[in-house]
Amino acid sequence: MRPKVMEEVEALRGINSVKIKEAHEEGKKIVGMYCVFSPSEIALAADAISVTLCGTSQDPIEEAEKTLPRNLCPLIKSSYGFAVTDKCPYFYFSDVLLAETTCDGKKKMYELMGEIKPMHIMNLPQTANDEDSLEFWEKEMVKFKNFLENQFSLEITDEKLSDAIKLMNRERKALRELHSLNSHKPAPLSGMDMMLAQWLKGFNVDKEAGISIIEKLIQETKDNVSKGLFAFDESAPRILLTGTPIGVGSEKVLRALEEAGASVVALENCTGYKGLDVLVDESKDPITALAEKYLSTPCSCMTDNNGRLDLIGRLCEEYKVDGVVDLTWQACHTYNIESYTVKKYVQEQLKLPFMQVETDYSDSDTGQVKVRAEAFVETLKI
Amino acid sequence: MHYIGIDIGSTAAKVTVFDNEKIMDNFTLPTGWSSVETSRIIKNRLEDGGIEVEKSKVVATGYGRISVPYAEKTITEISCHGEGVKYLLGEDVTIVDIGGQDTKIITLENGRVTDFIMNDKCAAGTGKFLELMANTLGVDIKELTDMALEGRDISITSMCTVFAESEVISLIGQGTDRSSISRGIINSITGRVNSLLHKQVRKDKVFLTGGLCEMESFILLLSQKVGVKVETHKLARYAGSIGAAILAGNLE
Repeated sequence: MRPKVMEEVEALRGINSVKIKEAHEEGKKIVGMYCVFSPSEIALAADAISVTLCGTSQDPIEEAEKTLPRNLCPLIKSSYGFAVTDKCPYFYFSDVLLAETTCDGKKKMYELMGEIKPMHIMNLPQTANDEDSLEFWEKEMVKFKNFLENQFSLEITDEKLSDAIKLMNRERKALRELHSLNSHKPAPLSGMDMMLAQWLKGFNVDKEAGISIIEKLIQETKDNVSKGLFAFDESAPRILLTGTPIGVGSEKVLRALEEAGASVVALENCTGYKGLDVLVDESKDPITALAEKYLSTPCSCMTDNNGRLDLIGRLCEEYKVDGVVDLTWQACHTYNIESYTVKKYVQEQLKLPFMQVETDYSDSDTGQVKVRAEAFVETLKI
Repeated sequence: MHYIGIDIGSTAAKVTVFDNEKIMDNFTLPTGWSSVETSRIIKNRLEDGGIEVEKSKVVATGYGRISVPYAEKTITEISCHGEGVKYLLGEDVTIVDIGGQDTKIITLENGRVTDFIMNDKCAAGTGKFLELMANTLGVDIKELTDMALEGRDISITSMCTVFAESEVISLIGQGTDRSSISRGIINSITGRVNSLLHKQVRKDKVFLTGGLCEMESFILLLSQKVGVKVETHKLARYAGSIGAAILAGNLE
């Protein structure tokens, strides 16, 4: 059964788009960001609001293609499309933007987007596996801090950073607990609801209010579990969804899997669990701790990215997963190539069925996606 | 008791009827412009043959599977092809199904589908591609595959069907003979199949299903490209509908 609090969660979409306008009118500074590598703590420590910017819908892609090539990842086109069409309230009200050099497509797109609003680009190392990378990334943290201090004419103190770290850790812990509720068999929440609750966090203008809604959702879901109320019955095959990020407007593969009768129990992607796995160490120097946490993100833009395999392995065991689906966006080279490694790992090490789906945000292949989702679920059932 | 499997693909509809344990009838007809209309024609034809469709178990598969109102269940063509090939061959195999609008590679292990990959979103390497190219050359598909055997080993490199057609037209313009162009067209399909085959665990045997299994020249050229003798069966075009009928027999 769907928890009633999910209605409140859904309502956040409308509420946040009003709140961001009010915050702007009250003179609050707003920092817009795109990625799970973005240290929102530094923005919060500058007394600013940190928000995720829109990039999960097909709508503005046609407009983006007036400038960007068609054979580019839909996430990049959508993000840019929202920026140039003023259709994303969070982008519209952002005072400054934070971007990272995660992949070539984004990096070059950001050069164009940077003409619209003041933008700071953090230079992300290509590997997380050496000391130099960490030292370099620490310096990037400091540069971003300096950028905000200059832009907003204030000082970001260690104390403010520590407070922001504690707040974001609390948010992570709440979302992590929420995610772990689906390790129960059968799962109490549908993958669609889990995705929504996890994805919407980024748009929360009021972090505390966001955390308390998640806590309410956790409570109601726990109550449902104790009453024996679940989203699926015991026989539904349990799927771990990994790969590229998804949100409202780009959830078609998740939807197709659940419509085919699967229960998507774990979202390993960066809009799901990926960013929640590691907390920021509250006992260390705040900048060092932030650098360590964010550099540890197991994203396909890193070489190697064996941390992702480790995370998939852990989640498969903990969530009693029957099959793994790797969603990759067209023209996302890093995830598309890495899919080979993930497939090998899942089939040979974890001994689980695996399927990659490469697609974009459009509805053009709905039929094909449906066939794959149904066929995959059939192979798990028979 | 009759068990009926109906496989409505993008180009052809295939029907198999089991009378208890054994196959009683197989027939095929063009899908045409409406799957609903096709499924009605199939029903009439079955009833004309004395089969009480309403009292039989029916499973529909293929892209038109939702357009069969008298089907008790729909099952994807992946599972049905697996089941059908298990029936026809009875051993572990990698299935190559070249369909009208997509090409599928299916791994069958211990009678179960354990992996599959589909080439879709694009007509390259599909039956539709072959059909369009045959049209451009003014021959039918059988003639094209036979001519290909005689031609020089050239390649058509465009991955996109529309561009490949331009490439074929420019080859015609250069005076390249039709056999070699046909060979280039077949090479483009077998090459695509070969690279898909390398993306998953391959069994020792490769089995071809779909309409092309009736073209001997094609099987020869595919075998050359893949490096093993590709096997098939005279009923391989019905693998999907046979599988669907068998799965209909498993229904409660």
